[in-house]
Amino acid sequence: MTAETKKSLFTPFNIFAGIVVAVGLVLTVLRFTKGMGAITNLDDNNPWGIWIGFDLLCGVALAAGGFTTSAAAYIFGIKKYHSAVRPAILTAFLGYALVVFALHYDVGRPWRLVYPIFLQPGTTSLLYEVGLCVFLYLSVLAIEYSVAALEWLGLKKLRGLVHKLTLLLTIFGVVLSTLHQSSLGALYLIAPSKLHPLWYSTYLPIQFFVSAIAVGLSMVIFEGTLSHKAFHHKMDATYLAQHDGVVLGFARAASVVLAAYLGIKLIALGADDNWKYLLTGWGAWYLFEVLGFVVLPCLLYAIGSRERNLKLIQWTSGLTVLGIVLNRFNVSLVAFNWQLPSAQRYFPSWGEIGVSLFVVVVGILAFRFIVTRMPIFYEHPDFKDAH
Amino acid sequence: MRRRKFLTLMGAAGAGLALGKTPAHAASNAHFEGYPDAKAVLFDATRCIGCRKCEEACNKVNKLPAPAKPFTDLTVLDTERRTSAKAHTVVNKYMPAGAAAPVFRKIQCNHCQEPACASACFVRAFKKNPDGSVTYDASVCVGCRYCIMACPFNVPTYEYDEPLTPRVMKCTMCHPQITAGELSVPGCVGACPKEALVYGRRKDILKIAHARIEANPGRYVDHVYGEREMGGTNWLTLSGAPFKEIGMREDLGVTSAPELTSGALAVVPMVAALWPALLGGIWAISKRNEKTADEERAAAVKAAVAGNQAENDAKLAKFKEQAEKDKAGSIEREVKKALEEAAAAAKEEEGA
Ligand code: SF4
Ligand code: SF4
Repeated sequence: MTAETKKSLFTPFNIFAGIVVAVGLVLTVLRFTKGMGAITNLDDNNPWGIWIGFDLLCGVALAAGGFTTSAAAYIFGIKKYHSAVRPAILTAFLGYALVVFALHYDVGRPWRLVYPIFLQPGTTSLLYEVGLCVFLYLSVLAIEYSVAALEWLGLKKLRGLVHKLTLLLTIFGVVLSTLHQSSLGALYLIAPSKLHPLWYSTYLPIQFFVSAIAVGLSMVIFEGTLSHKAFHHKMDATYLAQHDGVVLGFARAASVVLAAYLGIKLIALGADDNWKYLLTGWGAWYLFEVLGFVVLPCLLYAIGSRERNLKLIQWTSGLTVLGIVLNRFNVSLVAFNWQLPSAQRYFPSWGEIGVSLFVVVVGILAFRFIVTRMPIFYEHPDFKDAH
Repeated sequence: MRRRKFLTLMGAAGAGLALGKTPAHAASNAHFEGYPDAKAVLFDATRCIGCRKCEEACNKVNKLPAPAKPFTDLTVLDTERRTSAKAHTVVNKYMPAGAAAPVFRKIQCNHCQEPACASACFVRAFKKNPDGSVTYDASVCVGCRYCIMACPFNVPTYEYDEPLTPRVMKCTMCHPQITAGELSVPGCVGACPKEALVYGRRKDILKIAHARIEANPGRYVDHVYGEREMGGTNWLTLSGAPFKEIGMREDLGVTSAPELTSGALAVVPMVAALWPALLGGIWAISKRNEKTADEERAAAVKAAVAGNQAENDAKLAKFKEQAEKDKAGSIEREVKKALEEAAAAAKEEEGA
């Protein structure tokens, strides 16, 4: 890749990224001069669109690899997962930073985002819990990630100090993740009259939490697969040696977690006695989600980890990630406002899609910038065997 | 030591979150009955003639921009509308099945006793006032629009075309004007020519509503909409047609919005207090396992080394023994050979 980039900056990805960033900047200007109405399809019936459904809900879920991996490595003490921690923490840190960045487009007065935390907390609101946890967790991730940055900068003393906090930060991170991953689901508890019964459940918080673990594990596999293609030359022997073990272990864990998730989904269905809806059109869509993106990856992961089939596992991780995106879309957009006539339903505008794409591309560029410079896939020579 | 301190801190954080709640609104079994002297408005759909005078009054009182079509234009009623940032109340026309004449219904904020919008707002921009109204403070609003998501009656609206200072807009029951003494009843109530709107203490209004049903059972559906819906509202509605047929949902239930989320909020301190303990425990066990495993490994290596030593010693000893035996054997053999040679030589000498 480095050799390539030296040859030419005009790789297909760079050209694509350049266009997206340019469009994103134009949309940014429009948003902050003409208002949200100018570039979105949001309206009074549909106040939350894909900037919440994708940027916030999916963004936070997909960043769950950070807390799952560091918990496995540091709390459960599984040594062979250590090399997976740094990429996962970096992904999570960038993920959360981008979530907050994207929120600046969606909320009406972004400079007031700190109000609920410092000025006037609305403690009866689940959104307050989400906001506080995301704010705290982003700080935790920034500190956790800073170890790599400090090594890069050669600040040994500070790096040692921060490194000592690892366990503390990990526990703090798991607590915060538990809280806000689940309260993202709990956000919808207040609107039983708007969310279709097949998706509305008092178990929504726990469903969001458990599925976040599944997607966290899958994202580590998925992101590892992609990174292998692009940044192979950056990886040291330890990372490469541990990589297959991480994939196999995470696949088995993900299979178990998906099975548990399926169980909770069924319990929710039974508790509210919603079986009758399964025979409707909504039921077909629900079954598509559950059979295709929960049951199927659960089985494929189990087979893949038993037969040590890395290819199968990698494809399954992609399927699981897609499945969670589908689930978050269903809860926040597709099955939300299901009773409204179709003319009043929401569909994202090109402007909204453009901003979301812009955010993703910025994330990829930042990831590439960091892993080509800092010790993410390898141990820094000065800090060998430090963890 | 460090870990223990951390646990205490986390516990404190959890308790802090728990204490921060208003008891009536969340994580509590107490049901909020509403302020005792709270006011309410009764809307009687059987009296409404769809003249839009209330819309006009609301527009004036709240200094909203003039609408595209004048308020006297009744063709507007042919399409169903909802409240918007420029209209805090709208009247719709419905044709219920089997009805001889159209039925009109006025829509505005219902001023819930335990408002979903207020419990959803993360900066407490919404306030339930003792006079029954629910008001909004734009000076702290972040513009997240969770209040709009939360409202079961689809009431609050938003200024999507304001780039930097958008507000959430909705009916205030004319709370600011009434407290300032500019009005004695909400603008719409004062403007209604048919007395389809009545303003008064909620307790009295409920009595009036039930008395109307009792006096004229054929005219009304036997239900005061808003008496218990979503925990009760301060805007009450009477109708002759089934509520469903005049665009009002009958499946909202009587659970108030804060009750819907109190369970999830109650879990917060529990997770904050229990998780660190649990995770710390798991960490301690895995650490111990690791240590034990390390010790066992060391012992095994040592044992293996020691075992080898003994084996080697034994082998060596055997070798030595063997070697000695061999040596002894060869001497014997040599001696024997020598003796034999000597004997043979002696024989030869004898023979010669
Ligand atoms: S009707 Fe909606 S906006 Fe009005 S008080 Fe109730 S929840 Fe709030
Ligand atoms: S939009 Fe404003 S009033 Fe509504 S919930 Fe958000 S901060 Fe509160």
